[in-house]
Amino acid sequence: MQHINDRAIAPGTFIPEPDDDRIICRCEEVTKGEIRRAVHEGMYTITEIRRYLRTGMGLCQGQTCARLVKGIVAKELGISPAELIPATSRAPMRPVEMKVLAKEEGRHV
Amino acid sequence: MCNTAEVIIVGSGVIGCAAAYYLAKQGVSVLVLERDQSIGNGGSSRNGGGVRQSGRDPRELPLAMYAVEHMWPKLSEELEIDVEYHKQGNLRLGKTERHMEILQGLTERAAACGLDVHMIDGAEVRKINPYLSDEVIGASWCATDGHANPLLTTLGYYRKARALGVRFCTEEEVVAIQKIRGKARRIITAKAVYEGETIIVAAGYESRAIASTVGIDIPMRKELIEALVTEAEPKMFAQMLGTADADFYGHQTDHGSFVFGGASGMESVNKDNGNMAVSSITAPCICRGIMKYIPKLADAKIVRTWAGYEDLCIDGVPVISSVEEVPGLILACAFTGHGFGISPVVGKLLSQMALGEETFLDIREFRYDRFQAAI
Repeated sequence: MQHINDRAIAPGTFIPEPDDDRIICRCEEVTKGEIRRAVHEGMYTITEIRRYLRTGMGLCQGQTCARLVKGIVAKELGISPAELIPATSRAPMRPVEMKVLAKEEGRHV
Repeated sequence: MCNTAEVIIVGSGVIGCAAAYYLAKQGVSVLVLERDQSIGNGGSSRNGGGVRQSGRDPRELPLAMYAVEHMWPKLSEELEIDVEYHKQGNLRLGKTERHMEILQGLTERAAACGLDVHMIDGAEVRKINPYLSDEVIGASWCATDGHANPLLTTLGYYRKARALGVRFCTEEEVVAIQKIRGKARRIITAKAVYEGETIIVAAGYESRAIASTVGIDIPMRKELIEALVTEAEPKMFAQMLGTADADFYGHQTDHGSFVFGGASGMESVNKDNGNMAVSSITAPCICRGIMKYIPKLADAKIVRTWAGYEDLCIDGVPVISSVEEVPGLILACAFTGHGFGISPVVGKLLSQMALGEETFLDIREFRYDRFQAAI
């Protein structure tokens, strides 16, 4: 994993592609070009891409775009998608209203 | 590739990345070693984004005031990334007479240090933020406090430092620092050996174990606290909020979502699972706290929760210090949950310390050897 860990090893120059304006993360409206460019700016892990661009941070929490983002990042880094660790899944599984989450047995809200 | 640099920084959090940036800007060669695979994966990416002066220990206040006056307003321009900094005030809310006493004490101590912070009543609070409930009877108000995006600030410093030639190596866990001819110089990781003229340790709680390899101990502990984020909501208010009771703190982000942090009260005895997993009791507790202050948010949906460690110093302020017994070693740790807001100024101070320059602010209060036994 040296190619991900040593951030001085750059993935070459950014070459624009015709479908760079295609939306990949629909919840947060992040395009393929933005994801590719982020890799060239040093974001080599899915976690970093997510924090930098908000991919997978919207309502679906990446359930739609996670695999697509992974494929784009891996290709840009010249590695297999299997080498990239997915972002941590976070509770709750589905968005939950504050008033619902706040309810616990014996608690009045 | 070469394993030497003038300055080696252990830890790629916002403090380490900021120090790397300010050093690289002056042409210094810098190497940053990070234990995790991702940059800034500790408190730097898990905090609530507060850029506060009010509520701080008087020893720490000059750093926060300098950062707010001279650094935060220009940071987006400097890093060429929108760090979403907003200087639109901090309300620390009170619901009981006891809360108001706590706020009064904090306010008086900060005002004595020259900070423009004062007490306001419930009506004035609701003039500033009409969404706050009638349970709020008053607050402390500091108009120059604010908030920023900690993820983009950390990665912004990283991106800029990397572009200036700083070498970042992740998944490099530091095992030991070794002295050569009486001076800290060599860093041993699980995979390699590195050498630098100066070593800055900015690795959160893990700094304790690393510093102990050269005989230095910092009296701190770690505590796992939690935060949550809602879906995007229409714009409601721009201030940073906190409470005298510390039930929650937070703000609305540029994205529209609300980020709130808080605690269940069980933190000091949490079962430490080592992987920063959230507890099932904390987020509901934070929600109950928030709804009492901001009833309108009861319908807001929680999208995500997460946890992160605070490195809590025994006396509540960080260690930012050179070490006399170990020349060449600089410590920057034990930020006690207040590190993000002062990260630009600490990064700049560390760059001066590493270059052997006189620091532009007095940092004697943050010495590593200030701790003494009770009797």
